[in-house]
Parts: sequence; C-alpha cells; structure tokens
Amino acid sequence: MDNSPKTENSLTIYPFVVPNLLISYCCILVMPEKQRGRYAALAIAAVVIVVGIPLWWKTTETYRAWLPFSEISELDSLQLQLSVDIEVVFSRGTLTPEQQKKFPLSHVNEKEHQVDVSIPELLTSPSTEADLSLHMLSESSCGSVVVYVIPESSTLLPEDVKVYVGQRRTALLRSPPFKTSWNLKEVLSNLDVEVEQVVSTMSFGHQDIVAALSNRVRMTKVTKESMADSMRAIKSSPGYEITFSLLNPDPKSHSLHWDIEGAVQSYIQPLLNKLAPIANFSVDSQILYYAVLGVNPRFDNSVSAYTLSADSLSHVINPVEARLGSNAASSNPVLNFLLYVPDAHHSPLFIRDHSKRKVPSNAFHSPRWGGIMVYNVNEMYGPEAERPVDININMAKVMGVFLAQLRLMLGVQHTHPPTGFVLQSPGSAGLADWELDRLLWSRSVENIATASTTITSLAQLLDQIGNIVINDNIAQQVSSAVTSLQSAVAELEAGNLAFALQYSREAILASERAFFDPSLLHLLYFPDDQKFAIYIPLFLPMCVPIVLSLLKIVSEAKKRRADKQAKSD
Amino acid sequence: MLILSSLLLFILLAAARDEFQEELVIRPLHSGDIYASFQFRTLWDTDFLQEGQKVSHYRLFPKSLGQVLSKFSVRELHISFTQGFWRTMQWGQPFIPSPPGAELWVWFHDTVSDVDGNWKELTNVLSGIFCASLNFIDLTNTVQPSASFKPLGLGNATDHRFLRYATLPREIVCTENLTPWKKLLPCGSKAGLAVLMKSEKLFHSSFHSQAVHIRPICQDEQCSSKAWELRQTLNVVFDLHTSGQGKKEWSLFKMFSRTLTEACPLASSSKVYVDITDNPELFELSPATPLLGQAVVLGDRRTYSVYDLIMPTSSMVLSPCALGDMLRPLLHAERYVAGFGLQTGEIHTVIYNNHPYRAFPVLLMDSVPWYLQLYIHTLTVTSKSRDNKPSYIHYQPAKDRHRPHLLEMLIQLPPHSMTEVTVQFERALLKWTEYTPDPNHGFYVGSSVVSALVPSMVAMRTNFTQDQPLFSSFVPVKEESSYFVRVYTEPLLVNLPTPDFSMPYNVICLTCTVVAVGYGSFYNLLTRTFQVDEPSPPLSKRLANLIRRMRGVPLLT
Repeated sequence: MDNSPKTENSLTIYPFVVPNLLISYCCILVMPEKQRGRYAALAIAAVVIVVGIPLWWKTTETYRAWLPFSEISELDSLQLQLSVDIEVVFSRGTLTPEQQKKFPLSHVNEKEHQVDVSIPELLTSPSTEADLSLHMLSESSCGSVVVYVIPESSTLLPEDVKVYVGQRRTALLRSPPFKTSWNLKEVLSNLDVEVEQVVSTMSFGHQDIVAALSNRVRMTKVTKESMADSMRAIKSSPGYEITFSLLNPDPKSHSLHWDIEGAVQSYIQPLLNKLAPIANFSVDSQILYYAVLGVNPRFDNSVSAYTLSADSLSHVINPVEARLGSNAASSNPVLNFLLYVPDAHHSPLFIRDHSKRKVPSNAFHSPRWGGIMVYNVNEMYGPEAERPVDININMAKVMGVFLAQLRLMLGVQHTHPPTGFVLQSPGSAGLADWELDRLLWSRSVENIATASTTITSLAQLLDQIGNIVINDNIAQQVSSAVTSLQSAVAELEAGNLAFALQYSREAILASERAFFDPSLLHLLYFPDDQKFAIYIPLFLPMCVPIVLSLLKIVSEAKKRRADKQAKSD
Repeated sequence: MLILSSLLLFILLAAARDEFQEELVIRPLHSGDIYASFQFRTLWDTDFLQEGQKVSHYRLFPKSLGQVLSKFSVRELHISFTQGFWRTMQWGQPFIPSPPGAELWVWFHDTVSDVDGNWKELTNVLSGIFCASLNFIDLTNTVQPSASFKPLGLGNATDHRFLRYATLPREIVCTENLTPWKKLLPCGSKAGLAVLMKSEKLFHSSFHSQAVHIRPICQDEQCSSKAWELRQTLNVVFDLHTSGQGKKEWSLFKMFSRTLTEACPLASSSKVYVDITDNPELFELSPATPLLGQAVVLGDRRTYSVYDLIMPTSSMVLSPCALGDMLRPLLHAERYVAGFGLQTGEIHTVIYNNHPYRAFPVLLMDSVPWYLQLYIHTLTVTSKSRDNKPSYIHYQPAKDRHRPHLLEMLIQLPPHSMTEVTVQFERALLKWTEYTPDPNHGFYVGSSVVSALVPSMVAMRTNFTQDQPLFSSFVPVKEESSYFVRVYTEPLLVNLPTPDFSMPYNVICLTCTVVAVGYGSFYNLLTRTFQVDEPSPPLSKRLANLIRRMRGVPLLT
C-alpha cells in the first residue's frame, strides 16, 4: 500500500518503451534489458524498505509516553536508611564537671539489618547528641526520643527497674556506673546498649522493619509471632471504614439497645484522633436482624451451654458477611466488628480455644477483616419475662474487647520490652506517643515498600507487553510516585518521620492510580492473529515477488562472480 | 446502676425514633387477575443532608442507602424495576405506577455543584446495590424534565437543574434484583409480609414491579419536624384465571406458595387489606374479619377487609372468590410507531380522557434517544379531529451522542375524547461500534409519561393522618376535587438500519486483493526481462534427431 505511488511513477516511463524495443532490438539488448529489470526490482525493494516499512511502523505504533525506567530500576534495589534523633539528657550528679566540659558532641552508631540477601537494610541508629544541660524539653518532635539519664542511686525508679518508658517520647534510664576518669565519649559508648534497647522499644526494632517489609520480601528467618502480627494488621491505606454491627438473630425475644454513638465517642474516637496522622477513619454502625452465624453451635452437657470450637470459627463469618453490605460511598478497606447476641434457644454460647477452654473475652478476630464478640444475655431475664425483652448492652465491656482488636488490626503491636523495662500504661487515649511513632515508622517503611513494588511491577509489565498504551497522565503519575518515593526515603534518612509518612502516602496513592488506570487495558486484548488476518491479504502478495526477485538477483550475481573467477583462472 | 441503665434506655428511646410499617393490599381485578401490592415503610427522623453532622448509626434504615443519600446529597430518590407492562384499561390504575424496565429519578440537594458528576457516580453505586445495569445510564439517556417530575416529599424545589431522570426500557428484572431489594428490609424475608416473596412465584406473573422511594416528609400535620421516609413497594399481578382451571378462586398459598403466620417483630403496624368493593356480597373471605376499612384512593372510594397481623387471630389463609365491575380509568394513554422503511417514521401518542363531562390538562413528557432525529415542525396535536394547541411546550433538541430529545407539553384534554400527538422522525445511521450486540432486535425508546390531576368522582381526603393505609398516602393530595395520576405508555421498539457487521473485514480483504492484483501485474511488467528465444525445431526434426542419437549418427541441425 505504502509503496504504490512510487511504483506508478516508474510505470509511466517504462511500459510503452519496453514492448516497442523488444521486437527489433531483442537480440542486441539482452544485456541492458536484463539489467533494467534488475534495477526496477531493486528500486521497488528499496522503496518498500526505506519508505513503506517505516511509514507502516509509524502509523500503527501505540503511544507510549516516556517513563523513568532507570530511576524505577534503582528503586528495585532500594536501601532504606532510618535515623532516629535521640537526645540523651544527663541529670545533675551523673557526670563529673570534667566530663561536662567537652561538648557538644555527637556520634553516630550504625547498625545493619540484613533482611534479605538481595536487599540489605541499613539502619542508622542513633545520632546521639549529648545535651548536658538539664533543661527539660517537654515537647519533642514526632519520631524522636529523649532519654533522661538519672544517677544510679536515684530513688525515682524502684530498685529493680532499669528503664522507665513514659507516655510521651521520653524514657528514664538508670545510669550504669561510670568511672570518673572517662570522658564523655566513653560515657556515651558505655550507655550504648541501653539506649539501643530503648530505641528498639520506642521506635522500631529489627522485627518491626522485617514485618513491615514482609509484603515485599519473602522471609525465612522471621519468628512466627511477628509474622502473625504483620498478617493480622490491615494493610496500609489512606483511609479505613470501621463498622460496628449488632447481630440480633432473634428480635422476637430480644429487643436490644446499644448506645453505640456514646461508646464510639468515649472509647474509639480518642484512639482514632490519635491515629489521625496515619489515615482517615470513619465509623458507622448498624443493627442486623435475623442474621445468623454460619455454624450451628454444639450443646455441651458438661457446662450446659452451647459452644463454638476454635476449628469451626473460620466458617462463622461467610453467611454474615453477605448481610453486612459493602460501603457504597467509599472504597477504603472496611474493618468489621460484630456483636453477636445469640438467640434465646442457643444461649448461652461460648467460644472455646484449641485447648477446649472457654475464651474469657468470648470473642475472636479474623486477620485483616475484623472481630466478632458473642454477648450472652440469657442471664438478664427470667424465663417468665415478657417477650420481647428490653436489653441494654454494656458497652464498656464490648468496647474493651473491640478496642483491643482494633489495636491489633491497626498494627499497634505488643512490645516485648527487655527485662528491667517498665512501660507506663497508655492512658485514656489508648495509645502512647511512642506507640504512635512505632506505628508511623513501620507504616512509612511499609508504604515505601508497597509503592516501590507497585511501581517496579508496573514498569516491568509495561516493558514486557508492548501493546499497552501509556498515556501522559500515567507517565505523570508514575514520575510523581517516583519523586514522592525518593523524598520519602530522603526524609526517613533525615529522621523527619512526619514528612516521610506523608510522602510515602502520596507515593502509594500515585502508584496505585497509575497501576489501576483503565486506559492501560484499551489495546491489551488486540490479538496477533487478528492483526495477521488484516495484513496478510495485502502484505503477502506484495512481498513475495519482491523477495523472490531479490533472491534471483543475488543468485545471478553469485553465478556471475563464479563465472568471472573461472574465466580469470 | 439501675438508674443509669434506665437513663440510658430513656436516651436510647429518645434517639432511635425510627419505625417500620408493612402492608399488603390484595385487589381482585376485573380481568380475573389478582393484584397484590406490598408496601414497606421505614420512617426515621434524622437529616442526611445536615451540614457538618454525619449520620452513621443505623437501626432500621439500611446503611447502604443512608450512605448513598449523604454522600451524594440526594434530596429525593425514586427507582423502580418492572417486568411486564401495566394494562391500565384492564386493570385500572396501579397504586404506584412504573414504566417497563428500570426508571430512576433523583432530586439533588441545591448545594450540589457538580450535579452530572454526582449523578454518574450515583448510578454506578446504585447499580452495585441493586445488581442492575443502571451504570448504562449516562448523559445520552438522561433528561431534566421541567414540569413532569416534581418532588413528592418536603421542599418545593422548582429548579430542575437538580433533577435527573432516566429510564432503561430494556432492563430485565429478575431474582438478582429482588434479593438485594429484600435485604434492605429490616426483617429481610425471614418474618412478616416479606416471607411471601418467593421469587419463583413472583416472577411467574403477568406483571412484576419493585421500587424504592426515598424522600423527606413531615412527621405530623403541623410539619414541625422532618423525617426521612424509605418506601419499598412491590406490585405483582398474578394470572390465576388461566392457572386455576377457570375458577375465580384465589388464596395466599396459591399465589405465593406460602402463608402468613406472624408480623415482623420490628414493625409497628402490619396489615393485610383485601379490596371487596366491587362485589361485597359475593365475596367469601376465610377467615372472616370483623374489621372493615374504607379508603379513598385514586378518585375512588374502596372498601377493604382489614387483617391486622400484630393482633393475630389465626394463621392467614385467604380464599375468597368472585368479581364485579370496575371503574373505567379516566386517563389512559398508548403509543406506537408508524411508517414504513428504514429511513423515516412517525411516533403516535394517543391519550384518552374517559371523563364524561370534564376537561382537564395533562403534562406529556417524551424522552427520545438522539438516533431518532425528531422533526419538531411536524408535531401535531389533534383532539376530536381538531387542532389542539398545547399551552406549554418545552423542547430540548438532542445533540448527537450527547443528549436525548426532551419534549414536554401541557395539553388540555376535552371531555370524553381521544387526543393524538404525532411527530415524525428520521432514523440515524450509527457508527458500527455503537450498535448493541443484537441490533436486528431493534432499539428501545422509553415510555412517555402522562402526568395529570384528574377530577375525582369522590372527595379526596386532604388531611394527614398517621393511621391512613400506606397505599393511599404515597402521593400528597393537595385538593379534594382531584387526584394525581401518572400514566406510562408502552416503550417503543424501533428498527434502525443495520450494516453488515463483517463489512470492515470484507472491505479490507477486497481492497487488499485489488491492490495486490494491480501491484502484481505492474511489478511483473517492470521487472520481467523479455528475450527472444530461438524457435524450437519442428517435431519431425526432433524425432529424427532422437532416432539419430540412438543410432549414434551425427544429428541434424
């Protein structure tokens, strides 16, 4: 098709000439005539190759915007450097005057966490700044840690307590004995072990980082417990929907009242307010009637109660979930908390664990999905009570369980402090500042890992399948994800936790938008056989003569050369 | 502790002011069919549109719909799914009319800035909730009627910029739409009237229509407080005459293959009405009920036997029989497409006023897809073979592939007359990707809507009472002498010229072959070299040479 204009051009000259010449000059013009045919074939082939093929290529190619492939491949072997600002404050009487003279001083303590053979994690902990004044700083920035060193003989802490971790980002550390001849550097390095323990409690330890990266890296040397922790916690997302559902399978006998609004205000909201930097939370509730569990509880004569064994719990959720309904108004992940009040004929109902003991809370949770609590009401009324019985649910008891489950789902992990550590209880908010910091650290790392995985796999996909159209907006999303990722990594390195989290969230959003853009799919399913079906009727009859005549020319040229050689011999 | 809990209970009772009512009306129709109409109403005095305060704790009201209302700032939402066509002339007026297929109309709150965006998203969300193809609603089948669809609830919004109306006449309604609809009921299909809804029976009927209507209404007569009403209705017409061996007998079990035993425990009222107006002495209801009720509905005073399920007598098995005459519907409309060939055609809409001596105006609304190009200059309205000039015409021409035609007219119908509205159209040629998978089936054009205030034979009740049956309280009655009726015509099925869909490939093949043949001969001409061969010796000479070669004699030249 592409070379037809050119062929016509050459046509206008030759067709008339050729037949006339043929008759009279045939014998004389054998050689030039052959030569002319050869040139024509070569010219047509040249036109096809020089004009036709590029033109066809250009007009049928798919639009692919430029992507920063080199930067993306750098992300693949990303090295994260996390640094924590640690302030060590020596209280009066811990240091000698000579030691106080030499300041300021900072030293960096590096520690390497080998997470995987391919991805070494470099952890810089901590740039210790020695501040010798006893000036108490009440507010410390997000992600930093202040360690107060108190004299060994201080009575502030009980005898056997080495470290006390407060609600804020502070810890009290009982100083180990110093030699008075030591200079400050030696004093600090003497403190290193303790400070490191404090940091791994209050900011992050090796296990936390490993757990946060568990989506990205297949790990072998992770403890079962931290793996369970990381699987339980719902994946990082810009927002969560928390839904409380009261399941009343028997509205004829029980008329249930729950003050969910007040309970959410007093128990859940303080925690969510605290967690506001991590994600947007929205809370709602509903009451579902005639909702039943998927398992028939078995009656146990020994306790004269119905029981659900731990093995059957996995079948409980499915039929209920059909009733729960998805959130129509947003696409954020949903955390479900169900309060199940068993019907009058199946009360009381208890959950048994694997060792056949009654679970004291009578509740269980399903990782990344939510929790279910069974609330027995059969003791609140006598057999002669008029149906339906009005029952008020004790929300303090219920919310205690749900709050604990919510903390698990959100990844506020149980810390296992080393011996000699005392942690203050988190108080009314349900979350200490340093616990929030722990969460922020692991979320930032997780976000970065997820975003970089998304981007690299998208790049890989686009690289492999040449049919996909890459629009400008996708290219823009990809590059903004890459820049956000780079700034998140840089902020982590600088110790600005809040900024790092923000950038990592932006990176995740942009990368997901790029990955799930529908325009990627437009030409994906344009199969090759259809292409051939369209091209063959044109290309086959055009190309076969060209190829054949080219072959002929080549073979003739070879033959001539051989003849010439034979002649010269 | 006791005081605290009783205080808590008080707060709860004060906070949870929602109630649920259910109702079933059974009316034997003149044709021998049985019309069963379910209505479920959830009332909740909350405000979804209040600024700054999010409604998030649900009791009886379904959470999924509540979230939709507050997210998209919906003031009023009406959605219906109908299988079959309501035969007004045989069956009378339905309590709540609906066109075949799916219909959705929504009034948005006037704070919404991007109404089209909200509408698009809302249809997608609703199609997920109801398992229907509402996501096919887009700008090409959405109109903004200026007068036909006024809000039915509180608030006299008149700016039709916030109204969107769309129908999908081709939508097929089946069990997958019924199941999510039943899920919205507080008792589901586990208790109350909804136990009768067995899908294999409901869809084995002449007419099936299910709907959801959400609107804000007044709590009481003074309208001191506002409440949101969710009304779920389901209307079925069973053809028992043919399936019941010609006997005019029916029972709940025969219709639904279930019987009623109890009310939904959450319902504040649960009643079954049986219409016995037409021939009370011929009716034989078992069990008999002492309760008789009267209601004025659609301009007609009807008598009902009332069964209250909250105070039960025995299990309900109704098996009455016999039928009488029916009031002829005063307003009736039909529509068809005329003309021949695949180029032009004519849409005829015929509206009947059966009132013997009163003339009344009707609003006719037509929404025609862009691929039928209306010639609006050919619009004629004739009644009693005389030209009838509409007193109000609102016409919005279509834009190809962007929006449909919208034609609204206010026509005065003379008494006892037939009014015919005709308009000619030309069928457009679509692009080959715009055709549906079975283009030879034809293209549907949604029903036209006739809305009117029809003069009533009896005085309508304008006062508002709480104990009014649900079926008579849907459309607010403003004056005693007339009542509001909406009539839907049949949807049209129009054939469009369809191309041969394998044509593009055929064209490619043909042109390629032509080009290839031409190219091949030119190529041959250009590159073939012509030489003169020596003429071959005659056959006798060749034979002689052959023999000579065998003999070993020198060859001839």
